[in-house]
Amino acid sequence: MSFFQIILIYTCIYALMAIGQNLITGYGGMLSLCQAGFFALGSYATAILTTTYGWNFWLTLPVAVLISAICGFAIGMPTLRLKGDYLAIATLGFGEIVRNVINNWDSLTKGPMGIQKIPQAAILGFKFNPYKKTAFLIMLVVVLAICYFLFRRLARSRMGRALAAVREDEIAAASMGINTTKYKVSAFILGASVAGIAGSFQAVYILSVTPGTYTFMVSIMVLCMVVLGGMGNFLACILGAFIIQFISYFPQLTGLTNVIPAQAKQIIFGLILVVMMIWRPQGIMGREKFDYSGEKRKKGAKDATRN
Amino acid sequence: MSSVAVFFQHLTNGLTLGGIYALIALGYTMVYGILKFINFAHGDILMVGAYMGMFAFDFLRGDAPLGAWTFISFLLAMIFSAVFCAVLGMFIEKVAYKPLRRAARLAPLLSAIGVSFILSNGAAWMWGTQSRKLNYPFDNSPITILGISITPHQILVLIVSFAMMVALTLFVGKSRMGKAMRATSLDQDTAQLMGINVNVVISLTFAIGSALAAVGGMLIALDYKCYPTLGTMTGLKAFVAAVVGGIGNISGAMLGGILLGLVETFGVAVLGIPQGYKDTIAFVILIIILLLKPEGILGKVEKEKV
Repeated sequence: MSFFQIILIYTCIYALMAIGQNLITGYGGMLSLCQAGFFALGSYATAILTTTYGWNFWLTLPVAVLISAICGFAIGMPTLRLKGDYLAIATLGFGEIVRNVINNWDSLTKGPMGIQKIPQAAILGFKFNPYKKTAFLIMLVVVLAICYFLFRRLARSRMGRALAAVREDEIAAASMGINTTKYKVSAFILGASVAGIAGSFQAVYILSVTPGTYTFMVSIMVLCMVVLGGMGNFLACILGAFIIQFISYFPQLTGLTNVIPAQAKQIIFGLILVVMMIWRPQGIMGREKFDYSGEKRKKGAKDATRN
Repeated sequence: MSSVAVFFQHLTNGLTLGGIYALIALGYTMVYGILKFINFAHGDILMVGAYMGMFAFDFLRGDAPLGAWTFISFLLAMIFSAVFCAVLGMFIEKVAYKPLRRAARLAPLLSAIGVSFILSNGAAWMWGTQSRKLNYPFDNSPITILGISITPHQILVLIVSFAMMVALTLFVGKSRMGKAMRATSLDQDTAQLMGINVNVVISLTFAIGSALAAVGGMLIALDYKCYPTLGTMTGLKAFVAAVVGGIGNISGAMLGGILLGLVETFGVAVLGIPQGYKDTIAFVILIIILLLKPEGILGKVEKEKV
């Protein structure tokens, strides 16, 4: 049971990142490969503020969000003028720069050694001890639920529709009066912020941060979750996060760690990307259907006029 | 050493590094020129090439002491590795990219990331994560020419990479197949109507790019050993080189590669950028270039049409 709880906890943490990635990639159609970078920023913000400055964990959350958002803006503003492929590389480069800086800025981040002894998160004296997993899991589920509903509302608002229009045809969207840059940058900032939140919770779950946790692999896993579940569908991202985490911990769960090589899961992630793109590019659940009128769709004549 | 000699010393080092970047950048730029997508797996093909070269070299060399035979067997290993990677490149294209040729732009890119992951982790699975040494096929003690110290490895890199670049330029510029490649890159549909077998051209592009990557991979592995993630950072930097020069442009990739090699060497040696931040230089350059001249130094500005 314990490993299953670990899977669920990581599902929640990664689902937060996947939700952000979905807004950027699924709605905006921009391939960003630096969720790991924002994840790291969030983690380190919490780690440094709680250990060096003795802040309360909950106070560090807004700071983590703010730092990720500012970096999201700083990287998004110049690079979002680029087309898909360039953007992927530029964001990948940004993720590597973050890790490089964390590795080398010894006075602040303690370099490759990382920061240990991060205090546990607490509300009114009740500590969310990561070793007693149930309470921690409930806290994460609540956070994930809040983010899920916020992002879903957002995606169904003017912003979500604008992003979808930009994704389908940027020139057409711009000529309809949509400020494409504004919406793309906002999506990027929001996606970054939610990854920062995920990072903060990762820090209080592991209670230590090391640069080795925030590799390119994390960005790929998050991307896999979104692709597997279905781009443009937030519920599907959570499902994707669960499946990917289940695959990751399958050897531990079944006690087959000696039989299954450590690289098997990464190879499966790679296969998932290739196979899904060829046979089911819309993912398991597919894109969420929009109904702009807000009414239930009726069969018959109405459909014909609508289209 | 006089300051002039120091300058030429760094120039030599930069040119060697840049030569390798250029070889690998060519693969990115050729594929982009024709298919308009980034072959993310290119860096990992380089890694496979390094391993294959190492295996072939060890097999051919046996226990022979350094001498003419080791050098010949190294060249033979290089040819074997280039052929192997050419076939691998064509295979990957057929399986993972061809079905997506008419799909949305994001699809082949994601598929390529998947292939890259399969290759690097497959290599770690089969050959282990520890790094393995690819031995020098010659005595690699530095020689001093005109006050500049240069290793036989650097001489080999300079000769091989520049020979390859000249050969490729001639092939693309003068041969019939090269003409077909240029036509396909300009307009795939029209090229097809003119009787060019586009599938053959695309396969050939992948074969040439992958073969060059294999050669580049072996040249790098001589200095940095073989390990499963060898291709990741090198591949990324070579991509930066391709973008800096103007992606899709063959002479641009060469220029970009050499430029990047020079900037990295001079950045660390002259500007005093700490060694730990060496890998960051390439990405900073990338972001600056993308902001100031997104089409690259030699690239053409493409007008977006509705």
